[in-house]
Amino acid sequence: MKIAVCVKQVPDATSGRKLDPTTNRLDRSGEGALNATDVNAVEEALRIKEAHGGEVVVVSFGPTKALDSLRKALAMGADRAMLVSDDAAAGSDLVATSYALAKGLEREGADLILFGQQSSDSDGAVLWAAVADRLQRPVISQVAELTVEGASVTGKRQTEFGYDIISAPLPAVVAVSDAINEPRYPSLKGIMGAKSKPAETLSLADLGADPALVGAAGSRTSVLTLAPPPAKGNQIKIEDDGTAADQLIAWLAEKKLL
Amino acid sequence: MSTLVFLEHHDGLIQKGSLGVLARALAVGGQDVAGVIVGHGVADAAASAGAYGVSNVYAVDAPEFEAPLPQPRVDALEAVVTASGATNILFAASVLSADVAAGLSARLDAGLNWDITDFEIDGGELTARRPALGDTVLVTVGWTTTPRIALVRSGAFEPVETGGSATVKDVAVTLREYSTAAQMVEQAQEQASGPSIEDADVIVAGGRGLGAPEGFKLAEELAAALGGAVAATRAVVDAGWYPYSTQVGQTGKSVSPKLYIALGISGAIQHKVGMQNSGAIVAINKDPNAPIFDFADFGIVGDLNAVAPKLAELARARRG
Repeated sequence: MKIAVCVKQVPDATSGRKLDPTTNRLDRSGEGALNATDVNAVEEALRIKEAHGGEVVVVSFGPTKALDSLRKALAMGADRAMLVSDDAAAGSDLVATSYALAKGLEREGADLILFGQQSSDSDGAVLWAAVADRLQRPVISQVAELTVEGASVTGKRQTEFGYDIISAPLPAVVAVSDAINEPRYPSLKGIMGAKSKPAETLSLADLGADPALVGAAGSRTSVLTLAPPPAKGNQIKIEDDGTAADQLIAWLAEKKLL
Repeated sequence: MSTLVFLEHHDGLIQKGSLGVLARALAVGGQDVAGVIVGHGVADAAASAGAYGVSNVYAVDAPEFEAPLPQPRVDALEAVVTASGATNILFAASVLSADVAAGLSARLDAGLNWDITDFEIDGGELTARRPALGDTVLVTVGWTTTPRIALVRSGAFEPVETGGSATVKDVAVTLREYSTAAQMVEQAQEQASGPSIEDADVIVAGGRGLGAPEGFKLAEELAAALGGAVAATRAVVDAGWYPYSTQVGQTGKSVSPKLYIALGISGAIQHKVGMQNSGAIVAINKDPNAPIFDFADFGIVGDLNAVAPKLAELARARRG
C-alpha cells in the first residue's frame, strides 16, 4: 500500500503572521512549521503502514524552504518527501494549488491520499475535494476513524448531524479530522534518520504542469483590499478575586443580556 | 440567472445557513437569484424555498442523491450552472457544502473564496469580505473569472421569511463514474434532547475544563438560571460526556445566540467557527493564555467551580 500525505508548511504561529502589503499575500519569509492538523494525517498514514505494510510519502506544494517542515514528517516515520516548488507558483489559490498538487500526486500514483483537517494560515478546509475531482477519485472528509480493508477504505465522517459511515474503493482521497488520533512525537533516532531520507524537489516542468494554470496566472480569486477588522468593542479580561461573578452580572445587566 | 444559492437540506428541511445566504443574495441581487436543491424526493423542500422570497428553484431529484455525499452534487451543480448560465454560486459553509463547493471549483476552473462574512452583488459582479489571520485583518476578495464560487461562514446571515412561492425547474444529470464510487454505508441520525441550541438566545457551553462528565451539572445549572440551552465542544462529545446534538464547531452546529458563555473551553479554531457570530461571548477558564480570551468580550481567568455556581445564584436572584 502506497500512502501519500499532503502537508503544508505554514508560518509558525509563535513568530506572528502578517500579510505582505505590496502583494497582499501571506508573508512566508519567517519561521515555518508543519501545519498542525497535517500531523494527524501523517500519524494515520504511519498507523496504516504499520498494519498493512507499504510506503508513506509526504507531498507538498510550496517554497523550497518547506522541505524543512517536511523533515518533521520524515522524523515521525514517513519514508520520503516530495515537494512541488517553482518560482511561478507563488500566489496560487485553490484552483491553482489543486492543479499543481494533483500533478505531483499523479506522478506518485498512491493507493490512498490523506489530508489534514485545515490549514492554519488560510483557514482552508477544502483542498481535498478539489484535488479528488482533478484526480477523478472518490473522497471522504472529516474522517474521525479510518479502516483500510482489501481494496477499500471506510471512514467515519463527523457532520453537523452525527456520524456517517462512508466506504470507497481505492485509490481514494481521505481528509482526516484532528480527532482521529494522537500523533506520536519524533524520536531522537527518527530525527537523526530523517536527515538521510530521500526528499526531492520538483519543478512544474518536471511534472509536465502548465505554468499558466499555477501561481497568480492560474488563480481565479484575488485580494482587492485589506482593512482592519471591525472593532470588537472593549474586551474585558479579569482575574477572579472572588468578585468576578458580581462583575460579570453587572456587565450582563448593563448589556441587557439578563 | 446570475446567482445560484445551494440549498442544503436535512430531513426535508432547508438548512438555516442556506436560507440566510439566500436572504442576503436576494437583498443584494434582487430577483436575479435562484435556489438549487439536490436530493431525492425534494419537490416539497424545493417549493418551500418560495416562502423565503426566491421565485425560481432548480431541482435535481433522483435516488442517487439520497445520501448527503458531495461528489454526485458536484455533477448536479455543474449541470445546473450550465442550464442556468449562473456566474455566482453561493454556499453556506457546512461539512457537505464545503466539499461540494471545492469539487465544483476544480471542475469548472472557478475561483473559490471561503470564510465569507459579507458579500455584495453589483451588476451581477460578486465581491466579498472575509476576516483572515485569526480575524486580525478584514480582506475584500474578488474573482478574476466566472463562475465565482463563495462559501459563506455559517451564521453570517439570518433567514428572512417573506411568504411567496417558487417555480421549480427540474434538471437532469448524468453522473460521472468516480462521483458514485463513495457510498454511504450508514447515515447518522441525530438524537436531539433538550432545547435546541440553534434557537436559544443564551447558550452555556462546556469543554474539557469541566473536568468530568459530572462537570456539566455546572453548565446545566447556569443555563437553567439564565433560561438558556447547554452546548458542548467536540472534545467532550467525542469523550462521551455530552450528546452529539449539542456539539458546536466545524463538525457540529453553528450557533449565534445573543449570549454565549464558554466554561472551560480553550477556543480552538474548530470550536470558534461554530460560535464566533454570537452576540456577546463570555469565557471562564483557568488558563490565562487560552485562545478564547482573544475573542471573548468578557473573560474571567479563574476557577469554574467557584465562579459558575455563584453566577447561577446571582442570575437566579436577578431574574427572580
